[in-house]
Amino acid sequence: MDYVAVIAVEVLNAIATLVLVSIGLAVIFGMMRVINLAHGEFIMLGGYAATMAVKWGIDIWLSMLVVAPLAVGLAGAVLERLVIRHLYGRMLDAMLATWGLSLLLVGLTTAFFGTTTQGVQSPLGATSIGSYSVSLYAAFVITMAAVVCLLLYVLLRHTHFGLRARSVMQNASMAAALGMHPKRTYAVTFALGAALAGLAGGILAPITGVVPTIGVAYVAKAFITVIGGGTSILAGTVAASTVFGTVNQLVSFVATPVIGEVALLAVAMVLIRLLPQGITGRFFRGRI
Amino acid sequence: MDVSEKAMRKHLPTFACLVAAVTAICVLPSAVETFTLVEFTVYAIMAIFSLSLAFAWGYGGILCFGQAAFFGAGAYAYAIGVLNVGESTVAMLLAVAVPMLLATVLGYFMFFGRISDVYLGVVTLTVTLILYNLANSTSGDQYRIGAAVLGGFNGMPSLPTLNVPGSPGRLLDSVQMFQVCVVCLASVYIGLRALLSAHFGRVVVAVRENELRANLLGYDARKYKLGAFVISGGIAGLAGGLFANWGAFTSPTVFGLAQSAQAIIWVIVGGVGTLLGPVIGCIAIQWLTAYLGTIGWVNPNLVLGLILVLFVLTIPKGLAPILFMPFQWLLRQRSQVGNHEGRIP
Repeated sequence: MDYVAVIAVEVLNAIATLVLVSIGLAVIFGMMRVINLAHGEFIMLGGYAATMAVKWGIDIWLSMLVVAPLAVGLAGAVLERLVIRHLYGRMLDAMLATWGLSLLLVGLTTAFFGTTTQGVQSPLGATSIGSYSVSLYAAFVITMAAVVCLLLYVLLRHTHFGLRARSVMQNASMAAALGMHPKRTYAVTFALGAALAGLAGGILAPITGVVPTIGVAYVAKAFITVIGGGTSILAGTVAASTVFGTVNQLVSFVATPVIGEVALLAVAMVLIRLLPQGITGRFFRGRI
Repeated sequence: MDVSEKAMRKHLPTFACLVAAVTAICVLPSAVETFTLVEFTVYAIMAIFSLSLAFAWGYGGILCFGQAAFFGAGAYAYAIGVLNVGESTVAMLLAVAVPMLLATVLGYFMFFGRISDVYLGVVTLTVTLILYNLANSTSGDQYRIGAAVLGGFNGMPSLPTLNVPGSPGRLLDSVQMFQVCVVCLASVYIGLRALLSAHFGRVVVAVRENELRANLLGYDARKYKLGAFVISGGIAGLAGGLFANWGAFTSPTVFGLAQSAQAIIWVIVGGVGTLLGPVIGCIAIQWLTAYLGTIGWVNPNLVLGLILVLFVLTIPKGLAPILFMPFQWLLRQRSQVGNHEGRIP
């Protein structure tokens, strides 16, 4: 029984991590059909922002949950202005340009911070379920994923900004004709997506540590989760994360983590083959 | 324009390529030092790899984010083959055949499932990651194929390199290796040109231009895309096999994202939709990376990223149209002079 509970926590943790890592990308993709391949580097920047803030003596919770998203959101706004803005509607070009940005950011951070892993102490200890020890931080990650989803739902569903954003998402030219500013909405959305990536980076920093090349590990997973989920931002991300996270963690338990990773990717391929529009192209249509 | 001049214009790039290849083979080995020649060898190998993506992306319209999958499959197929057979000819054939097989399976899965653009990018990227993870996890003696120990993260060191076909004892030296690579590059280039002017190539381009229209005209677009993808995979495999030869070594990094990313950068810098452009782009970028490595104060990633962003934003067609402009202008002048009487003003 305890063993089942431990596995359940681990599976939930895997799902929550996937949700956190991909929600920022999903916001950007769902809203403006831009696949941001620099997403992994936004996560990495979030990690660095949190680590640096802790080093300067800022409280660790504040650094993870406030400093990291703010810093990366700001960087996202600047990059949107400089690069992404010129590429709306050119999906492949946007993908290539953001890939260039990703290399650029890796190069910059390597130049500044070097290639050694920097870390922060995990602020939470462990607790035990029966005779098994479980990290409390896993519980924190799960809670944060739920909170982020809830806040995003409220933002998109019950605020003025959300209404505008959803209208631009459904039909940008119609929204423009009705007096909204799709470009402005896009800019805000991109910054929001970047901030969410920064938050993920901050939260995951104590678990993984940060190196300039850490983004690569995240971007592929996030990319796959978002495409697997389809165009609905929340429903798609949560659904795809649940499928992929469960498969990954269960197979990891049975075999090795590497095989678990491979199983995740294989399932993703089959899923995209069966549902080319993603899960939300078939189920939960039209949800956020 | 009379027939011979038309033929000349059509075959001009092929002739130019032959002349360049023969010059490189005859002159370079005596003109430069061995170190530089070895450097040039890897440029030629990577140019073959660049051509494989240039064909799939520029002419087939298949933007493959995981071209490294075929490159790596070629490298590993060569390594495993040569260690088991003890002779390089069969291993080189395997290095082309195995990636083609992989491309057939993957292409069937994608094109017959009507997966397109971004989704195609995800699937190819995913396959590369799977192969990377698998190749990384094979450390330990229990992972062996015949006589070949896969070696996981450390890769497979001290592979036997190319030998004269039929006599395993006579290995090629670095000059001969360079010549083989240049011959391969020239043959791939000329072969692709020939393919593109043949019926198959024209249909592939038609499918890129408008898949629906090609279908309505009675061509099964899926089959042509699959064909183009398999050919591209085979070329990438050839490059991978030669690369394993070049360093007498292969490791999981051949499957890495960086490998795929490089190829995309070469093609976009050189010019999508041309063959010569990506070769030039590949050599220029490789030279630049090597140069930046020697001066050492700028990170090569930073420069590559900046180049990619700038090209996408400002020169999305790449260098090729700019580089070819003088030649095209010259040709136009010539044909105007030659045709002066026959043309209605």
